[in-house]
Amino acid sequence: MKTTPVLKTLVSTLVVIAFSSHLANAASPEEKGLEIAQQIDLRDQGFGDSRTKLEMHLTNRHGETSIRKMRLATLENSDPTVGDKSLTVFIFPRDIKGTAFLSFTKILDPDDQWLYLPALKRVKRISSANKSGPFVGSEFAYEDLVSFEVGKYDYKWLRDEACGELQCFVVERFPKYENSGYTRQTVWIDKAEYRIQKVDFYDRKDSLLKTLVQSNYEQYLAQYWRPLKMVMVNHQTGKSTELVFSSYEFQVGVKDNDFTPNRLKLIR
Amino acid sequence: MVLSNHLHHIQRFVLALAITGVVAAPAAAELEIGGSSALEIRVFPNKTSYAGQRRATLSPSIVLEPEFIYVIGQGDDTLTLTPFMRLDSHDERRSHYDIREMTWVHLADNWDTTIGIGKIFWGVTESRHLVDIINQTDTVEGADGEDKLGQPLFNLNIITDWGTVGGYVLPGFRERTFADDDARLRGPKPIQADDATYDSSAGNKHVDLALRWSHTFGDVDIGLSQFYGTSREPGMKSVTRFDGVAVFQPHYDIINQSALELQLTSGPWLWKLESIVRRGHGKDFMASVAGFEYTFYQIAESPMDIGVLAEYLYDGRDSSAPVTLADDDIFMGARLVFNDVEDSSILAGVVVDKNSRETSMSFEAERRLSDQLKIQAELRWFARVPDNGSFSGIKNDDFLMIRLARFF
Repeated sequence: MKTTPVLKTLVSTLVVIAFSSHLANAASPEEKGLEIAQQIDLRDQGFGDSRTKLEMHLTNRHGETSIRKMRLATLENSDPTVGDKSLTVFIFPRDIKGTAFLSFTKILDPDDQWLYLPALKRVKRISSANKSGPFVGSEFAYEDLVSFEVGKYDYKWLRDEACGELQCFVVERFPKYENSGYTRQTVWIDKAEYRIQKVDFYDRKDSLLKTLVQSNYEQYLAQYWRPLKMVMVNHQTGKSTELVFSSYEFQVGVKDNDFTPNRLKLIR
Repeated sequence: MVLSNHLHHIQRFVLALAITGVVAAPAAAELEIGGSSALEIRVFPNKTSYAGQRRATLSPSIVLEPEFIYVIGQGDDTLTLTPFMRLDSHDERRSHYDIREMTWVHLADNWDTTIGIGKIFWGVTESRHLVDIINQTDTVEGADGEDKLGQPLFNLNIITDWGTVGGYVLPGFRERTFADDDARLRGPKPIQADDATYDSSAGNKHVDLALRWSHTFGDVDIGLSQFYGTSREPGMKSVTRFDGVAVFQPHYDIINQSALELQLTSGPWLWKLESIVRRGHGKDFMASVAGFEYTFYQIAESPMDIGVLAEYLYDGRDSSAPVTLADDDIFMGARLVFNDVEDSSILAGVVVDKNSRETSMSFEAERRLSDQLKIQAELRWFARVPDNGSFSGIKNDDFLMIRLARFF
């Protein structure tokens, strides 16, 4: 936490190099899958905090679209045994303006979540057992939106193949946390920068449920990649949700105390 | 609060706005204008209970609640102004205005402060907000006690590793609102709402104080608070008005209230407890609300969730304290959340008195119609009301309310 960003970047770069050379020697598909996941995590370490705005376009099977707008702030937790903290504040539609959602991601334990309802000025601790439920009526489940943590899954490398213009690792991951809506996910990760390009989600009956495509990647602070577009298509309902992010700001000094339930009611 | 007082506040607020605007001009600052307006219709199907009470079978009203938010810099300072106004076609006292919020909020690293007129909510339970005490209830607005009058306040919160400590200085008391003498939901006797008496020689100028500590320990959220000042609940003295009519005159005691809020969140279970010990009304008493909410997620592989709620309400007060409706009652409810694009939801509840079996029921539903419009419906009715029951004064005032709100 107190390490300077530059030093952290240097350390993670060194670790990345060390791991990259090690990767070739990985024995089993499970080990190789895990090492790819660790690479993704390592390359994202040290971002500190970030802030962005996003629009959510929800499209039903008749092609009708409705829009949500929100602000999102994330605070990295340097402790590897717990995940990041995130704060979502809704801007649009106006009837939910000011509604705020605070989440402390855990690895295997249930996340801590609070919801602020502006009409009552009430902060409610809410159950996070609903991991597979839809987030604000979208095709994204809560578990699709929480920060990526290596320990949440078991992994298995399947193959390497081309993904568009890039070369990708194809890795299966199996949720280890309770209440997941998925038996497994197939993830395409580009070899060049270890960015998740595509995810296929398989439901509890192991049928293909959804596909997520992440694109328009931008790099920040010469290290951290973020997709500015995420499209989730539900194959079973024909509905889709598109997330369009504004440019991110990193290390803007988001404070730990801004991520407390008591502060939820004061943040605009 | 009198009009001139309000205007004075507004003048000072505008001045503060101007000054801060000048000072903050180089930084990013923006004025957001939002809020809502609503058309509401209440339907009272039953005959009235008292002579002179207006039937008001169909009773429309309009509500306007704009919101002006001025954010300075990165959001460390915010000025908010939320006036509120309702015009009701039948109840003259329900036609009222208020300043719901007029605050300056400053956020620092380890502390924050709110100065102005605001609203503070404390508590965890659903059927009764026992611990919540900073704001006065705007009774004419809603039957659930969740509508509040703006409270003048100075609040300082300090955030530490062992929780948040909040101090509150509350200058100026807001009297509870009551339905007019000839209006629905008025109770057994007319209430002399403008003629309240006080324990304190300072009357409605008594400066109330409160302190609250709150913290999260893993799955447990806890709050402990102490309030010293004018009770938000008035006692009712029976007096004879100048015209010989028997009426109630509100009386506000000075009270000391210690309170506990506790919630345990475990998987789909929320376990909740609110408890208070209050002295100052006469005999000291204790009251509690305890219960749970259990949610069944994604019913029958649909996106829909159903929450089941149950709470027990106990209140140990005797006749020396203001009357409560919840002395020994059981609340059961169900919450349906459709998780659809329209954010549709339904909340149904019933409160039964364990001894008299007196029952009140409620049903609330809402759905977004468009980016601007939302429709809400609320149904409240009473059953098995004995002659001396809690709801005997309003037992014929079952109603259906439909509200169409436009957000801008």
